[in-house]
Amino acid sequence: MWWYVGKRLLQAIPVVLGATLLIYAMVFLQPGDPILALFGEKPVSESVKAELEAQYNLDQPFIIQWLLFLGGALTGDFGLSFSGQPVADLIGRAFPVTLKLALMALVIEAVLGIIAGFYAGLRRGKIFDSTMLVVSLLVIAVPIFVLGFMLQLVFGVQLQWAPATVGGDASFQRLILPAVVLGLVSFAYVLRLTRTSVVENLGADHVRTARAKGLSETEVNRKHVLRNSLIPVVTFLGADLGTLMAGAIVTEGIFNIPGIGNLAYQAVLRGEGPTVVSVVTIMVLVYVVMSLLVDLLYAALDPRIRYA
Amino acid sequence: MTQPLLQITDLQVAFRAGKQDIPAVRGAGLTVYPGQTVAIVGESGSGKSTTAHAIIDLLPGTGHVTGGSIVFDGRDITHLKRREREAIRGSQIGLVPQDPMSNLNPLVRVGKQIKESLEANGVARGKAADKRVVELLEEAGLPDAASRARQFPHEYSGGMRQRALIAMGLAARPKLLIADEPTSALDVTVQKQILDHLETLTTDLGVAVLLITHDLGLAAERADHLVVMYKGQVVESGPALQILKNPQHPYSQRLISSAPSLASQRLTSQLRAEVRESSVKTAGEIAAEIVAEGELGGEVTDAVVEAKNLTKVFKLPGGAPGRSIDFTAVDDVSFRLRRGTTTAIVGESGSGKSTVARMVLDLLEPTSGSVEFDGIDITTLRDKKQQLAFRRRVQPVFQNPYASLDPMYSIYRSIEEPLRTHKIGSDKEREAKIRDLLDKVSLPSAVMRRFPSELSGGQRQRVAIARALALDPEVVILDEAVSALDVLVQAQILTLLNDLQAELGLSYLFITHDLAVVRQIADDVLVMQNGKVVEQATVTEVFDRPREEYTRKLLDAIPGGSIELAS
Repeated sequence: MWWYVGKRLLQAIPVVLGATLLIYAMVFLQPGDPILALFGEKPVSESVKAELEAQYNLDQPFIIQWLLFLGGALTGDFGLSFSGQPVADLIGRAFPVTLKLALMALVIEAVLGIIAGFYAGLRRGKIFDSTMLVVSLLVIAVPIFVLGFMLQLVFGVQLQWAPATVGGDASFQRLILPAVVLGLVSFAYVLRLTRTSVVENLGADHVRTARAKGLSETEVNRKHVLRNSLIPVVTFLGADLGTLMAGAIVTEGIFNIPGIGNLAYQAVLRGEGPTVVSVVTIMVLVYVVMSLLVDLLYAALDPRIRYA
Repeated sequence: MTQPLLQITDLQVAFRAGKQDIPAVRGAGLTVYPGQTVAIVGESGSGKSTTAHAIIDLLPGTGHVTGGSIVFDGRDITHLKRREREAIRGSQIGLVPQDPMSNLNPLVRVGKQIKESLEANGVARGKAADKRVVELLEEAGLPDAASRARQFPHEYSGGMRQRALIAMGLAARPKLLIADEPTSALDVTVQKQILDHLETLTTDLGVAVLLITHDLGLAAERADHLVVMYKGQVVESGPALQILKNPQHPYSQRLISSAPSLASQRLTSQLRAEVRESSVKTAGEIAAEIVAEGELGGEVTDAVVEAKNLTKVFKLPGGAPGRSIDFTAVDDVSFRLRRGTTTAIVGESGSGKSTVARMVLDLLEPTSGSVEFDGIDITTLRDKKQQLAFRRRVQPVFQNPYASLDPMYSIYRSIEEPLRTHKIGSDKEREAKIRDLLDKVSLPSAVMRRFPSELSGGQRQRVAIARALALDPEVVILDEAVSALDVLVQAQILTLLNDLQAELGLSYLFITHDLAVVRQIADDVLVMQNGKVVEQATVTEVFDRPREEYTRKLLDAIPGGSIELAS
């Protein structure tokens, strides 16, 4: 088992190398000169420009830029942003906000999705099931920025149930509305997945055996249907945390949240290679760790699975 | 006379499809007295399982009782409220289900699943229940029960799971136990052990048993009273021996004449000898022709396939990283398949018989040893053309006719595929060939346009045989080719295989776990155990004078083998 964990972590190395190289290449190929863009309309002297280019290694070929970045990253130095702040500090401030947002979204979608999916599965073809089908299709079909602005308008501006924007104060109360928006699409998937899984398990032979033993309907559902149905859902939820963090970029834009998505977006616009790549590296690591956790959780839930 | 424990009168069960009710059981009736064993016999789709499930209201999907009555212990239980129903299940009527692989919750420890039954029926709780679970598992014949109770179902073998299910069914000491094909998924020897045990247990406890089975031999051996069902109706019922010796209904007569366990006693070896004579002659002619054409090098000998010291070792991942454990699946197996005859390989699951088949088919490379086809070592056939020529002469038919046909291919396309692969004939010629093949396996040519899902199991297996014969092979490898079929269909397919062998001079390598069917088709028998050949002889020798203890055990395990028939 520890050998398995070690193997999986070793596998992360080429993944991180490949991802950073790819991002570096893309930032390098971006049209326009980032230093010129930095000065906007003002004229730039050749010497200042050369100095800045040297400071950010922009005068090197991109493969050297990448290697220099990697060398720095290994010692914990992610370089400076164009505004002169260390990238590590920027990420250190933005990452917890996004993590908090994503975790809140995850809890919301898991709790609501599993409960609704479970009842829809038990009452297959009844009115609750049909309603949930329509709701989930709607949520999946409508783009997140439409949903986001709609909920912001209705609950944040008109009803004033929750703050409409987040700004500098990323507190629990202020993050609730964005978390609901972020979790909505995944809620629909969790609901569908739970429902399908419950329906499948209801027809399983071992559930019939449980009934034949004389267990009451509630006991059968709780002990044999629900637990077995949760395995695919847990797998989905684990993988979804990474997706939520990456997908937060739109939600963070709508609600003005100082998270990692916003940071990456601004950095891409400015052509700040080191910042973009640092954010991506963090995200890749989150994905790798989460998928490892999911696999370990899977083994804990299902005794048939053993890793060697 | 005592009052019956269970009385079913004119039971009607239907499944709803759209707005229509499709009847599955039409007026079934039977009676079980306390402590009695009654068997319902019939082929799949006869309504025997549906009748049994209707008793405890566990009908699948849209099934529901539309008429008639079920009286249990003097009380009408046909239409009960949910609570009353749950009170009867487990404590009054227990169930031992069919497939031990799917009937235990894979995520819950076996002991806990049995404990649930005790707690739900108020027999025992907590520590006392834990203790009782171990006693119950011991009673069901599970060795080392205390530690076994803490294991998960996947750590059990099929036989052990079935024992756990028996312990579960009897946990709350019901008055009636419904055993729905309790052993049809198990090897014959395990089957016998389990049934013996179930019999002693239910006799000791005085539990009545309603046994559901498709095997008439098994039913007659285990039950006092038989109920024969056909198309949702009871066509005959009475004392077991009476039905066996003097069946009244034509369907019962057919069942008795085709049950392999019973039929094998009567099928004269002369019939088989005739098949062999004709087949060997044809095969010799074909071989001579091929030699004359000089298609494949090698010389024509008496043996078309000869396996020499075949060994297969699988490496299983295990223990420390990078290490592996050697598992010898096949250990030094040698045999000769004589041209135009049938060699049967018999053994329990895990004996390595299918691995042998895969090596003979050149689908798996042997670790050592060789397979010679007409004197040529097939592992040396490494260029594409030679390999293709080899495949053309050796064709397989597999066990599961549901899985071995592509569901998206029409029957025509399935049979045509090998012809197309080997670039044989024009479109017209191929169509004529397919019509001819379907005719050979006694299927109407109208099935060509149909898809596998529209055919029955027996029809699909005929299609699989037609596909195997499409390339005019000399050797057909039949890997459990009749094991998944109902007895009647099984008998038909065996007859078909015999006819085809006589007509086309085929050589069969017939792999099976069921010794009962061997006598009807084989000339030579190889008995395998744990990868080794333990006995190798002609079919009559194996049946009449088995030399090995293991072979005798396999023979004893054939259900109904000891019943004398007046014919």
